[in-house]
Order: sequence, then C-alpha cells, then structure tokens
Amino acid sequence: MSTPPESVKTAPDGRPLRPFVMPESLAGKLGVWRYIIFRRICQIGVLLVFFGSAHWGWSLLGQPLLTGNLSSSELLGAIPMADPFAVLQILLTQHALAAKVLIGAVIVLAFYAVVGGRVWCAWVCPVNMVTDLAGWLRIRLGVRDLFHLGRNTRYVVLGLALVLSALTGVAAFEWVSPIGIMHRELLFGLGLGWTAILGIFLFDLVLLKHGWCGHLCPLGAFYALVGRVASLRVGFDTPTCTHCGECAKVCPEPQVLNLRKAAEAHMIASGECSNCGRCITVCPEHTLRFDARYRILAANRSRSEQSDPQQRRST
Amino acid sequence: MLRLAQGASLAATGGLIWSYLLRQQARAAPGMVRPPGALHEPDFLATCIKCGQCVRACPYDTLSLASTGAAAAIGTPYFIPREVPCYMCEDIPCQAACPTGALDPGLKDIDDSRMGLAVIDIENCLSWQGLRCEICHRECPLQGRAISVEHHQRKLSKHAMFVPVVHSDHCTGCGICEKACPTDEAAIRVLPPELVQGRIGEHYRLGWTVDTPVTQQFQPQGRAPGGGPAEAPGGLDYLNEEGL
Repeated sequence: MSTPPESVKTAPDGRPLRPFVMPESLAGKLGVWRYIIFRRICQIGVLLVFFGSAHWGWSLLGQPLLTGNLSSSELLGAIPMADPFAVLQILLTQHALAAKVLIGAVIVLAFYAVVGGRVWCAWVCPVNMVTDLAGWLRIRLGVRDLFHLGRNTRYVVLGLALVLSALTGVAAFEWVSPIGIMHRELLFGLGLGWTAILGIFLFDLVLLKHGWCGHLCPLGAFYALVGRVASLRVGFDTPTCTHCGECAKVCPEPQVLNLRKAAEAHMIASGECSNCGRCITVCPEHTLRFDARYRILAANRSRSEQSDPQQRRST
Repeated sequence: MLRLAQGASLAATGGLIWSYLLRQQARAAPGMVRPPGALHEPDFLATCIKCGQCVRACPYDTLSLASTGAAAAIGTPYFIPREVPCYMCEDIPCQAACPTGALDPGLKDIDDSRMGLAVIDIENCLSWQGLRCEICHRECPLQGRAISVEHHQRKLSKHAMFVPVVHSDHCTGCGICEKACPTDEAAIRVLPPELVQGRIGEHYRLGWTVDTPVTQQFQPQGRAPGGGPAEAPGGLDYLNEEGL
C-alpha cells in the first residue's frame, strides 16, 4: 500500500481534493446559506406565532393560534404540547400532573423522535440564534478557547438536573434555563433575563467555542438521546467523499462527523447532530444530504444483500 | 482515576451551587398572591411549568409571569392586587387554561378559592379613625360574609365606630378591597394566609362555645397533686356537658 505524496492533497482513492469555494453570485451565496435562512425563518416564525397569538390576537377557526410558550402550549385551543424534559423533571419531584400536559409531552416527544431530536436545537430554540451569533463573531475576531470541556459534560448536567429535581422538589433546569428565560421574557415582558442571555453570549464568544449548545445544555443532551432513534438524518454518499474536511470546519458538533463511521452507516448516525444543514451546503462533492433513517437503512440492507448474496441465502 | 475524581468533584460543586440557587429561588417571595386554585406554595412551585397560559387566559390582565429579578419565583404567575385584583370570573378561565394542575382543577366555585387573606392595618384604616368609609366592605364580592362592618365603641365619645372586619372562612383573597382602599397606601391588604394566620392548637378547648366538640377526655392518672384519692373522671367537665 502506497502512501500519497505529502505535498499534493488527495482523497484516499487518489482524487484531488477540491476546497469549498464561496460562490461569487448572490444566488450561489443564498444557496450556501439556504439552511441558515430556513432555520432563522423557522426560529423567528415559532416566536412570532407565539407572540402574535398573545399580543395581536392571531387566531384560526375562532381559536387562538398558539397559546402558552415553549414549556407548554396549546395549538388552536385543542392540541396540547409540552416540553418532555420539563415534564420529566416535574414528575421526578413526585408530583402528579394533569393529563393535558402529559399528552402534550408525548406529542412533542413523538414529533422530535420522528423529525430528528436536535432539530429542536437548530430549528426552534431561540438561544441558538444567540450562540450562532457568538460563534460567527468569534471566528471573525479569532478568539481562542480559554479551556477545554468534554462534549459529554452535557449528559452530566442532564443527570444533575434530574437528580436535583428529585432532591430539591422543583424542576431543576426549568428554574435556571436560559432558554425558558429568553423565551418567556420575549413573550411576557422583559426583566433581567437579558443578563442570562448576555452571559451565554459572552461564554460562547470569549470562553469556549459552542460552549453552551455544544457542551452544557441539558435540553440539547435530552434531545440528543431522542435523536439516536430519530428519523431525519444527514445521509452520507460514501463513494463521493474525499475526506477534504470542509464539513467538519463548519459543523458546530464536529465529533459527529466521524467519516469512517459515516462511510459504514451511510449517514451521520449520532444523535448529537442538530440537523442544521451547514455541512450539506459546503460539501464540494455533494456527499451529504438530508434523508430519512429508514430509507438509508433499507438502502444499506439491499446493498449488503447485493454484495454478499451467499450470506443472504444461508441466513 | 484522578481525572474521574476531578470530574466527580466538579459535578458535585456545580450541583451544590445549582441546588443553592434553586433553594434561594424557591424561597424568593412568600408574600406573592397566586391565581385562584393554586396549590399550596411548595407544590405549586413544583408543578407550575411556567407556560403563562393562565396569564393569557385572564380577561382582566390581572396575572403576570415573574420575569428574572421579579419578586416571585422565576416564571411563575402572580398578581399585585393594588394594581389589578382578581375579579373572580365564575368560569375561572386561568384555572381551565392550566395544563399541569398547578391551579387545582378541583376548584369548582370561585368563592371557595383562597388566593390570600385580607388583613386590615387598623392604625391607618379610615373607619378605625372614626370616619365612615367602609369602601372595602361595599366593594367586596362576598359582602357581608368575607368583610362585615361591626360596631365598635370609640373612646371619650358618644359616637360609635363602624369598622370592617375580615372573616377568613369566606375571604378569597381576590384583592378588590385592597384595590379600592382610598388611603395612600392600602390599609387593607391581601397576603398569603400562611403569612398572617395563626393556629390555636388542638389542646385548647373553647368549652364555652356551643359547637366546639370536646376533643380530649380528661383522665386523671393515679393520685391527684393535692394528695386526695384518685377519683372518677369528669370532675372538671360538668360545666361543659349538655352544651352549657
């Protein structure tokens, strides 16, 4: 086996590496930014629907469009929705809950289990806009991390939230959640919540890259666990990948882009992938795309059957 | 091994600070008046999911959701009666909007709600100065039951005073009295009952009241302190018998 020459960058199969080049034309730029634009529309749209229903009387079929907030809400006065993580914490305080909020939590959990766990993070959560801004700024300013923190810290925080809920008798994360604070204060009037948001912004900007969303947030950790079975995945077209690494440069959770695992599974299987779509638009080889887990798994099965018909007959 | 210990102690430290914050918040404001049907404060704080649907359901914009830095625990609904009191809607829309049951769905009649209890500062109440005010009594939705006007002797004068008196077995804590009170600072205020109400204790027997049950049978044990022989029970109770 020959090693590729050091000076020329080539793919494992010998193809030359093509770097990602930002298109000159506006249409091309918009194409690269399309998922960021869609995500902002979605995030601001969710906020607007809540705000419009609360302050401008937006309604449909005589019912308010969406009352409440991201902790618990009601769509068209009929369909309850609730944050499953918040409900789990309250249940751990050993308090019974009314059926409405339990049904709501099941509905939301089912939604994210189908659509993809951390779709919540990249497409709905309002704090994501703050941390994305911090992430964008820190690249422009060339800020370096002050310290290292494991990506799994968030699961410790998640565990702490559950243990503390049981010990203190109040839903531990809901009482300090910057997501809840930001969302509530945008909908119900401002208090000192902006200080918490500023804190997260500065933490992400100065101290640690993707510090909050990528290392600490227990809600993100919760939805990452949901995402392990979620349907929407980034599919990976194995033969076309040249290992150029452009995707990992823009990914807020680069540990999910384990290209060896992705080549085997033909998708980014990790639940920590937030389905933000940044990698898809920068890939010069169009290796990455949004796809459904069941379709990828079906394709993998038929591929293995084709490559090994002997084994298929024997089993 | 060392790294594991470091990680564990870091998590423990974080958990301690976190739980300290939670305890601080949970104790934040015992003086807050909650929406009708709110569970006992610790249970309310645990079950309220901070969604604000009660706040939006209130047709009078009575309720607020505590923002960061507000007096009440973060994200929970409360109201300030002096600003906007609870007008006691018969269908209790705030309670109907609550998805978790933090506003108890068992509350069927708004008159049974106990949002707080009105207390009167008699040093600043106009009626107690001898003026004819009684605005709180006239504004009270449970007029005559929750607030009555009692006649009270005034010193060195033939004139009597007519003073408002709050009755805790009917006062819902809606705060309409506090809103209506004409003094600069309200002389009648609504506070959570547990902040203002005492408790007599079951061993006190109000023997002179007709409907107070005798809760404890007096049984002398052994010899009486006076040195006399132990007697049959009931010696001290004869006055209470037959409801006398």
